[in-house]
Amino acid sequence: MMNNKDPKLLLQSAPLLRQELTTPAAMKDVWIALLPATAAALWFFGLGALLILITSIAGAVLTEWVFTDKDKRRFAMSDTSAGLTGLLLGLTLPPGLPLWMAFLGGSVSIGLGKVIWGGLGSNLFNPALLGRAFLLGTFPIAMTTWGAAGGPGDFFQIHSSNLAWPFMQGQYDALSTATPLGLMKFEHETTALSSLFLGNTAGSIGETSSLLLLFGGVFLLFRRGIEWRIPAAIFLTASLFSLAMLLINGADSNYPSPLFTLFSGGLLLGTFFMATDPVTSPLTPKGCWIFGIGIGFLVVLIRLYGGLPEGMLYAILLMNAATPLIDRYTQPKIFGRKS
Amino acid sequence: MSKLFSLSSLFSLPFALNRSFSHGVHPPHHKDQTADLPIQRVPFVSRYIMPLGQHIGVPAEAVVKTGDLVKRGELIARPKGFISTALHSPVTGKISAIGMHRYVDGSFRQAIEIEADPYATQQFVQSKKNSLNVEDMSSEQFIDAVQMSGIVGLGGAAFPSHVKYSIPDEQRITDLLVNGAECEPYLTNDHRLMVERPEVVLRGCMILRKQLGAKRVAIGVEKNKPESISQLKKYLTAEMAIDIVPLEVKYPQGAEKMLIKSIYNKELPAGKLPRDIGIAVNNVGTIVALADYFDHGMPLIERIVTLAGPGVHEPANLIVPIGTPIRDVLDFAGGLKEQTREVISGGPMMGSPIADLDAPILKGTSGILAFTENETSGPPEYPCIRCARCLEACPYFLNPSRLALLGKARLFEDMQDKYNVMDCVECGACTYACPSNIPIVQHIRTAKDNLRNRKVES
Repeated sequence: MMNNKDPKLLLQSAPLLRQELTTPAAMKDVWIALLPATAAALWFFGLGALLILITSIAGAVLTEWVFTDKDKRRFAMSDTSAGLTGLLLGLTLPPGLPLWMAFLGGSVSIGLGKVIWGGLGSNLFNPALLGRAFLLGTFPIAMTTWGAAGGPGDFFQIHSSNLAWPFMQGQYDALSTATPLGLMKFEHETTALSSLFLGNTAGSIGETSSLLLLFGGVFLLFRRGIEWRIPAAIFLTASLFSLAMLLINGADSNYPSPLFTLFSGGLLLGTFFMATDPVTSPLTPKGCWIFGIGIGFLVVLIRLYGGLPEGMLYAILLMNAATPLIDRYTQPKIFGRKS
Repeated sequence: MSKLFSLSSLFSLPFALNRSFSHGVHPPHHKDQTADLPIQRVPFVSRYIMPLGQHIGVPAEAVVKTGDLVKRGELIARPKGFISTALHSPVTGKISAIGMHRYVDGSFRQAIEIEADPYATQQFVQSKKNSLNVEDMSSEQFIDAVQMSGIVGLGGAAFPSHVKYSIPDEQRITDLLVNGAECEPYLTNDHRLMVERPEVVLRGCMILRKQLGAKRVAIGVEKNKPESISQLKKYLTAEMAIDIVPLEVKYPQGAEKMLIKSIYNKELPAGKLPRDIGIAVNNVGTIVALADYFDHGMPLIERIVTLAGPGVHEPANLIVPIGTPIRDVLDFAGGLKEQTREVISGGPMMGSPIADLDAPILKGTSGILAFTENETSGPPEYPCIRCARCLEACPYFLNPSRLALLGKARLFEDMQDKYNVMDCVECGACTYACPSNIPIVQHIRTAKDNLRNRKVES
């Protein structure tokens, strides 16, 4: 019989000890890792970029708020994953994109990319990339018109197209710079690696500075926020495959060098922050290798033969689709069992 | 372990450099509270409860009746069948009742209640009958003697030891492996035993090696117990030929299969027993109990219990007569703090919550740990984000993420057929590692219970 003197005893089963990391804290690490790239976005693309990021985050967060059960709202929002999706989407958008499109993109990312699957942890596709795929399919011109990277002097300049009214396309006259990948594909011009590294090139607002993206990626690797096998597999496969294509076709054939492949376009942003999204990548170590190899191969293939200069988006989404199958066939060998 | 830079988990070292197993977790040890406290004897109290079924297997059968007078160490229940063991009175006194009594888990079990004689000296007197010369025993005599000693695995499982020592004719034991890993946080009972009675540990190894016919003996101790290692080495002589093996500090280093992997680099096949590959594994506490029985005729009537945790006033390592109510042991150590929310029997990773403090200390009780709000109220449960930390934690290479998901959906057959849930030993490493605070091991326990019950029904 329980004695009256006894404290009220709980009967929670062991283990009572937990390591300190929590899921919201892991999300916080990703926010921190994205800070350098976000700062670069503001430096090169000014206030317009800031507005894009804010609207895509707002679109994502508001959509989660609207479509989540009233009782669960507070808890579901507390992990900050919706805002993170909005930020990631925003970083993949061109600097001149009308803000209403960014908002809509954030909304689709969370609505169709996450909530309908059952919320955090249940989605098959990376929500930010699903939102981007929607925008690319719906607004092909707005999504492929690039502004040149500026400097801090132009901070307060906003592209007039940013402020287009909802359901208006906006004017893009002043903006028609090509991205390094576009230059490579259509003009057969290479961009200096130093520019790719620092980021003063045209491109999506968060993808241009390889250096700062590497900072964020290495930070996450050290914090064990992301699986190291996925970036390793992507980098190895993409560089080896593009090297092979370069060698097969001859050095003067205008095929990109492995370094150009790695540091141009969205490869780094996609590798460190989207391909490694734990929800949409395989659980098993072997599965992560296969997943990364698949992305590395597809991204080079699409870049070389596709209609658009960039292939990271579809490379990741296609491998997302393969993830459940990869997981099923790469279960680790259980201790004491043969296979 | 630094949380920032854990490169060692990215690239696991080759075996030769690192006597260990793959995967596992590094919970804080929390052993400082009691590691340096000498073992103390708990005074005798007025009432003892001896549940008949406190070991794995068939409960023992009472050989006394209410009103009988018993001496300390006298047989009070005999084994019923082979997978069962004897019970002895922990005190000199009178059998006051035989009936249902609350067990640690809150259920009722048949138990013998003994009222201690307040005037008895409670000296253990070796009777003529149990003064045996172990050197001259045949293996049948040895196994019978161990069964009548009531000795069970003292690491926590309480599996009757004589069953372990009954080796089928076609099998041969080559290695005796003594488990001094003590990988559970907080617990220091094995550590203190190795520090204070190293010569008895070694003596027990010699007795058991001879009886099992083992060629080699190894004692595995985690490296965070340097005093244990040095004390054992101090009493070790060359002709004993016993290996003292320091092991990497990692949970669950003391799990039988992990220990075998760490020391012999062998993977025990699923569904096999260590003896199938020539190894006998015993806890240091069990080894000491054997030595005490064969050298002094003392059956298993007391054991060492670590009393620790943030909810305890005076942490201690105690010799406790088996059957002592937990409340009395706690009172001896100043009682529980007001902030206590949960009391655990065993370690914090695999122990079980105590439902009633009037339940007794059992043969398998290695520790009594009291925890406060800090440990019992973790963060809320978040959805699984498939971070795979549980896969990296699982020493059996199972897929806890998937198992928890299937468990929630009650798809127990899938858990068994596709993900080998029955191979799980419930060490809790996955649950420790989960940043979403998902009670993975609870889902697994539910599934295993369900699957076992279905098997029984069909």
